[in-house]
Amino acid sequence: MTNAAVAVQHQSVKADDSFLTIRKLTKKFGDVAAVDAVSLNIRKGEIFAMLGASGCGKSTLLRMLAGFEIPSSGAIVLEGQDITSLPPYERPINMMFQSYALFPHLTVEQNIAFGLERDGMPKGDITTRVTEMLELTQLKQFAKRKPHQLSGGQQQRVALARSLAKRPKLLLLDEPLGALDKKLREQTQIELVNIIDKVGVTCVMVTHDQEEAMTMASRIAVMKSGGFLQVGPPREIYETPATKYVADFIGNVNLFKGTLSVDEPDHVVIQTPECQHFVSHGITGTLGMDVHVALRPEKISLQKKAPTPQERESAREDGFNCVQGIVKNVSYLGSYTTYHVKLSTGTTLKVMNTNDARHDDHRLDWDDSVYAWWDGSDVVVLTQ
Amino acid sequence: MQRSRFGLGWMTVVFLFLYLPIFTLVVFSFNDSKLATQWGGFTLKWYAEILNDREVREALWLSLKIAFLTATASVVLGTLAAFAMVRYTKFKGRTLFSGMVNAPLVMPEVIIGLSLLLMLVSVQRAFGVPERGVLTIWLGHSLLGMAYAAVVVQSRLLELDKSLEEAAMDLGCRPHEVFRLVTLPMIAPSLLSAWLLTFTISLDDVVLSAFLSGPGSTTLPIVIFSRARLGMSPTINAIAAIMIFIVAAGVIFGSLWLARAEKRRAEEQAAAYREALPSP
Ligand SMILES: Nc1ncnc2c1ncn2[C@@H]1O[C@H](COP(=O)(O)OP(=O)(O)OP(=O)(O)O)[C@@H](O)[C@H]1O
Ligand SMILES: [Mg+2]
Repeated sequence: MTNAAVAVQHQSVKADDSFLTIRKLTKKFGDVAAVDAVSLNIRKGEIFAMLGASGCGKSTLLRMLAGFEIPSSGAIVLEGQDITSLPPYERPINMMFQSYALFPHLTVEQNIAFGLERDGMPKGDITTRVTEMLELTQLKQFAKRKPHQLSGGQQQRVALARSLAKRPKLLLLDEPLGALDKKLREQTQIELVNIIDKVGVTCVMVTHDQEEAMTMASRIAVMKSGGFLQVGPPREIYETPATKYVADFIGNVNLFKGTLSVDEPDHVVIQTPECQHFVSHGITGTLGMDVHVALRPEKISLQKKAPTPQERESAREDGFNCVQGIVKNVSYLGSYTTYHVKLSTGTTLKVMNTNDARHDDHRLDWDDSVYAWWDGSDVVVLTQ
Repeated sequence: MQRSRFGLGWMTVVFLFLYLPIFTLVVFSFNDSKLATQWGGFTLKWYAEILNDREVREALWLSLKIAFLTATASVVLGTLAAFAMVRYTKFKGRTLFSGMVNAPLVMPEVIIGLSLLLMLVSVQRAFGVPERGVLTIWLGHSLLGMAYAAVVVQSRLLELDKSLEEAAMDLGCRPHEVFRLVTLPMIAPSLLSAWLLTFTISLDDVVLSAFLSGPGSTTLPIVIFSRARLGMSPTINAIAAIMIFIVAAGVIFGSLWLARAEKRRAEEQAAAYREALPSP
C-alpha cells in the first residue's frame, strides 16, 4: 500500500469515527454542574442512547446539542464544523420532543411542512417531501387532521416525520416513547429503529428506560451526575459493567461485597461472606482489596441435590461458586420463573431460570432447600 | 342537607342583591311613567328620546371609539409587557418593571387620574400639546387597560408549553418568526378576552374620564353620571340598558363560542382515540 493510500484511508476512518465530537462539554446552573466535562465521539449512522436516572443531566446534554442551552465550556463539532455557538435555527439538527410539541393550530401536513417553509423551499418540493414523510410514517390518511384529532401513537409519528422532514444531519430524540403506554412502546421501538435506519440519519437519544436503550441503540452511555460512567454496545454494558452502579442500573443483578484473596494472572478468587468466588480471568487489583462481585440472575443454576463435579466443571474445587439456601419466593412469569433464595448469611439471591420443559420434574417450591451454583466465567468483579 | 340548603339560600340572597337592581333598571327603561317608582305600562319612548338626544348619541359614539382604541392599544402594549415578563426572566430591573406594569391594578383610580391630569397640564403648558380630549382619555384608559391585558396574557403565556417555541426554533424560525407563527396563534384566545375586558373597562370608566376629558369630549358614563345627579330620569335607564345589552351580548356570544369550540375539540379528541383502538 502506498503512503498516500494509507493517509486517505486513515483520514476517512478518522472522519467517520468523529461525525459528531463533543469535547469537555460542561453546563453549570449556578454552582451545580448539570453536565460535567463530557467528551464523546459519535459515528455516522449510529443510534446512540444516553441512559441514566432522573436528574443526571441527559436532557441538558441533549439540549446543548440542539442549541437550547449554551454550554459553560467545551465544544461541539459536527462533521468538522464547530457548532457550539450556533443558534438552534442555524444548526443542521432536528429534535423530537418528549411532549411532541406539535403545533396545535396546524394540520399534520402543515406541521411537517413547517420547517421546509422556513427554509424557503419551493412549494412543489415541499409537497413532494411531505408526501414522502407521510408515507414513511404511514400517516397518509391523517394528513388533514389537527394534532388533537390523533391518538398518542399517531402524534408520535407526526413528531418523527416533522423532525426528519428537513433531512437533518443529526436527529435528537428526548424520551421518544415516554408518553406511550407499555405495549405500544415495545411495538413502536422497532418501528422507530426501522424508520431511522431507512433514512440513515445519525441519532442521539435520551431515555431512562434501559430496555428501550438496549433495543434501539447501537451504543449506550450510562450517565450519573453529569458524567459518563461507561460507554459501549448494549451487550458489553450488560455483560461486563464497569462499575457497581452500572451493574445495578442495567438489569437485575446480585451484588456481593468481598475481598480479593487469590490473585493469579489467569484466575482470581474473591472471598465474600456467602462463599468463595472463583473467577476464570485475571483482574487488575491488589491482594486484600475490597471488591464487589456481580452475578446476573439468569446465570445461576438451581436444584435440590448438590451438583456433581461434572455439572460444575469450571468451579474446580468444592465449595467454590456454590451456595445453599431456602427458596423464599417463586414467581412464575410464563417463559421464565424467578426465585428468591435466602442464604444462611441472610442475603437473598435472585435467580431466574427459563421454563423450557413443559413438565418440569425438578420443580422447586417455597421452603425447598436448594443448591445454587454458577460458572467462573459468569462472575464479574467490580473494583469501583 | 341542612347546610346545603342554607348555602343555597345565602347564594340566592347575594345574587338577588347583585342582579335585582340591574333587572329593575332594564324593566323601568320600558316604563311609561315619569316616576321611577311606579309602573305605567310598556313603552319605547325613552329609547326614541335617546335617538333624538344629540348629546347622548355623540357621547355613546365617543365612548365606543375610545373603548375600541383603548382595547387595541392595551392588548398590544399588555402583550409586549407580558411577553417581556414571562420570557425574559433575567433582565436588569425586572421586578421593578413587573411592579410598574401591575401597579395600576391596585392604585386608586382617583390618584391615577389626578397625577395624569397634573402631568398633562404641565406638559401642555410647556409644549402647547396635548389638548385635553379624546387623546388624553385614550392615554389614561390605555394605562389602566394595559395592566389588565398584561395579567390576562401573562397567565396564558405561563401555561403555554415552552417546547412549542423551542420546536419552532429547532425547525428554523428566528425569534420574531417564532412569535408570529407559533406564540401569537397560541395566545390568540387570551388576546380576544383581554380585548373584550379592556373594552368594557374603558366603556364604563367615569373617574379617569372625568379627570382627562376636555370640553366637547364627554363620554357616555360621564353624561349618565351628570344627569343622574340632576335626578333619575327614565332616559338614563334606557341608556344604561343599552350599555348592558352591548356588554352582555359581547360576553354571552364570547362564552358560547368558546364553549362550543372546547366541546368540539373534546369530541374530536375522543374520536381519535376510539379510532386508534384495534377493532374487535
Ligand atoms: N434551567 C435550569 N436551571 C437550573 N437547574 C437546572 C435547569 N435545567 C436542569 N437543571 C438541573 O440540572 C440537572 C440535570 O437536569 P436534566 O433535566 O438534564 O436531567 P435529566 O437527566 O434529563 O432528568 P429527567 O430524567 O428527570 O428528565 C438537574 O439537577 C436539574 O435540576
Ligand atoms: Mg429530561
